[in-house]
Amino acid sequence: MRLKRLILASSTAFFALTSAAFASKPTDGGWWLQESATPVMDELTKLHNFVFWIITAITLFVMVLMAWIMFRYSAKRNPVPSKTTHHVGLEVAWTIVPIIILLVMVVPSMRLLYLQDALPETEMTIKVTGNTWNWEYAYPDFENVESYISNPLEKEEADAKGVPYLLAADVPLVVPVDTKIKVLVTSSNNLHSFAVPAFGVKMDAVPGRINETWFEVHPGKEGTYYGQCSELCGVLHYKMPIEIEVVSKAEFASWIANDGAFTKSVASLGGGSVTAAQE
Amino acid sequence: MVAIPHGDDHGGAYDDGKPGFFARWFYSTNHKDIGTLYLIFAIISGLIGGYLSFMMRMELAEPGIQIFEDGHAFNVFASMHGLIMIFFMVMPAVIGGFGNWFVPIMIGAPDMAFPRMNNLSFWLLPTALICLLISFFVPGSASGNGFGGGWVMYPPLSTSGAPGPAFDFIIIGLLAAGFSSIFGAINFITTILNMRAPGMTMHKMPLFAWSVLVTAFLLLLALPVLAASLFMLFTDRIDGGTGFFDPAMGGDPEMFQHLFWFFGHPEVYIMILPAFGMVSHVVSTFSKKPIFGYLGMAYAMVAIGVVGFVVWAHHMYTVGMDVDLKAYFLAATLVIAVPTGVKIFSWLATMWGGSISFTIPMQWALAFIFLFVIGGVTGVMLANAGVDVALHDTYYVVAHFHYVLSMGAVFGIFCGFYYWFGKMSGYLYNKWLAAAHFWLFFIGVNVIFFPQHFLGLNGMPRRYIDYPEEFALWNEVSSWGAYITLAGVAFFLIMLVEAFIRKRPATDNYWGEGATTLEWTLSSPPPYHQFNTLPRIEETDGH
Repeated sequence: MRLKRLILASSTAFFALTSAAFASKPTDGGWWLQESATPVMDELTKLHNFVFWIITAITLFVMVLMAWIMFRYSAKRNPVPSKTTHHVGLEVAWTIVPIIILLVMVVPSMRLLYLQDALPETEMTIKVTGNTWNWEYAYPDFENVESYISNPLEKEEADAKGVPYLLAADVPLVVPVDTKIKVLVTSSNNLHSFAVPAFGVKMDAVPGRINETWFEVHPGKEGTYYGQCSELCGVLHYKMPIEIEVVSKAEFASWIANDGAFTKSVASLGGGSVTAAQE
Repeated sequence: MVAIPHGDDHGGAYDDGKPGFFARWFYSTNHKDIGTLYLIFAIISGLIGGYLSFMMRMELAEPGIQIFEDGHAFNVFASMHGLIMIFFMVMPAVIGGFGNWFVPIMIGAPDMAFPRMNNLSFWLLPTALICLLISFFVPGSASGNGFGGGWVMYPPLSTSGAPGPAFDFIIIGLLAAGFSSIFGAINFITTILNMRAPGMTMHKMPLFAWSVLVTAFLLLLALPVLAASLFMLFTDRIDGGTGFFDPAMGGDPEMFQHLFWFFGHPEVYIMILPAFGMVSHVVSTFSKKPIFGYLGMAYAMVAIGVVGFVVWAHHMYTVGMDVDLKAYFLAATLVIAVPTGVKIFSWLATMWGGSISFTIPMQWALAFIFLFVIGGVTGVMLANAGVDVALHDTYYVVAHFHYVLSMGAVFGIFCGFYYWFGKMSGYLYNKWLAAAHFWLFFIGVNVIFFPQHFLGLNGMPRRYIDYPEEFALWNEVSSWGAYITLAGVAFFLIMLVEAFIRKRPATDNYWGEGATTLEWTLSSPPPYHQFNTLPRIEETDGH
């Protein structure tokens, strides 16, 4: 049964990739980072994979070395132990070599950190407020769009709409594709964290503070993206889904012109079924 | 022996006569008895903490809410699992238990410097644990009994978010546990600096004593900060009280996170350093070789202790810190990998050329080294602030710190336990039962925690009672591991009972030629009062 689910999951992932709409959410049996949709997440994935190969190589090296030592120097094969307790060259080597590896790692790591954290000239701003227990989205650049609350769906509602429970919300955050967007994150009471794995975004919502981060979704990657609250905020911490609908610039403009109302056509975007026809 | 003019009014502390049961175990000033009490206490706390985690794992076995009433009850279990395992299982075992038992003996001292304070250190702990257990049953927040704000106790969830008395009991309990540790730290530092036997210079001191010395300094410097931040939480919680962490009163909740992690990061090394010490002895004993690069090993621990104090904000990469500050913490955190690497390679070099016997404690030590490497390298991954944005507060972090604690510190504890069990109790354990314990535990914890890396990479956040179906597979696998580990724990308890029923006597040095520290020159168990004549350590001895 498990196996079936695994196959099913990978085949849905396949269809998701081939269909026009791009969506990102976790996949059952998935064991890697979610597919990237932004330049920051591209770089994050690259650095993760780079560090992954280094640490895997180190782990395998230690494992093989240990296995060899356990085999070669077992009491059976080597009844008389040596008395060597020092070797300056060796000790210097295993101090210097890790330092070199770390230096190799620290350069791309710093580059990613500054890419992520030093905001570029952004083209628009959205404000995200964490409440107990829902998210409030505001578009300060557009005076006609009122801020609105994005609530989680109950299991039955989600099943009825065919959207993933604990990931989908009743109304999504709507953003245009291919636009540098500044995200202001704050909280009205407890700590929360605004996290969207596919965007490489995770920013704590702290009362009394406005944190900022940014993202820019690659052209052609319109679709539905999911995230979840990532800082313990109480009894419904698990039930604060973040759903983001990335639409074309034209579609976003018409949504704004429509005062950000979730009319039938746009509300259907919440179901994760943006098609090329709608653009 | 030095003549003691009033030896009769010291409750038998100066001779080998043991006092009666109540006086011996409740008024105990003897470091070995106190060590035993600490170990028993740690086992009891470990079973409580283990029960909490087992229930969480059962809840998470499949999507949906099955066992717990709501998210609050789950959060209470998660919070208390963390607090109990850290403050009442790992710390009492490694420092209070093995530290009390073997630091005085290893340095050739008759007892700890302040035996009565030692007694206070221990008895504060059961008091503290009772306070924590009471908190389960008194109102916490509007959502129910108990405190569900995580072991990190971040405000506002621990101030306005938990108005009930449950969290006050936790504050009192942790303050008691904190003072217990501070007294213990003072005791260890004084003992190690002043009571070493003639000829036992610092650079001849066994590595376990070194590890406890460094740990004691970390405790002494870190725990007052925890105590202070707990007091600040306490006054913040009072109506009309202070507002250190309340933005409405000019405070800042992030200030608490800085204070907490200034304590919390050294705390991580407090838990793991004594395990480093024990593993060093076990590796050396069963390779029948002195430890390789003794000085490097000792000063690597000192370096880890020092650097451990200046990396705390790597727990806070996503709070919205200045980017240059993050860059500093990134670099400083990576530095820790260097002394840690020195330790790993020195253990391997100790075994190289040795004559290795794969006894039970050696199996735990080898597993420790290997699993600690896995936990260590995922730590390197998390140190990269950029990548941490994807992994922070996900199951990747859970997997990482359980690899270094649940498999690092705990494997270190079992390693020491099986190494010294005969020395402490005077009895030998059944090897078959001990091997079953090891293998079930080894397989079990890996099955629990390895798949959690995948969950974290795929984006599953921590502290969730329920999760999207997309995370079902690895959660189910992880829960199978909990059953295997539970079976391992059962074998541990059976092993204990069997050993005390069969009473197979242990000889003075049942490990043979590799075991060279002073405890192996004494009987098993050691006399109630050892070293009436202080041992002399010759120039040629040691390293």
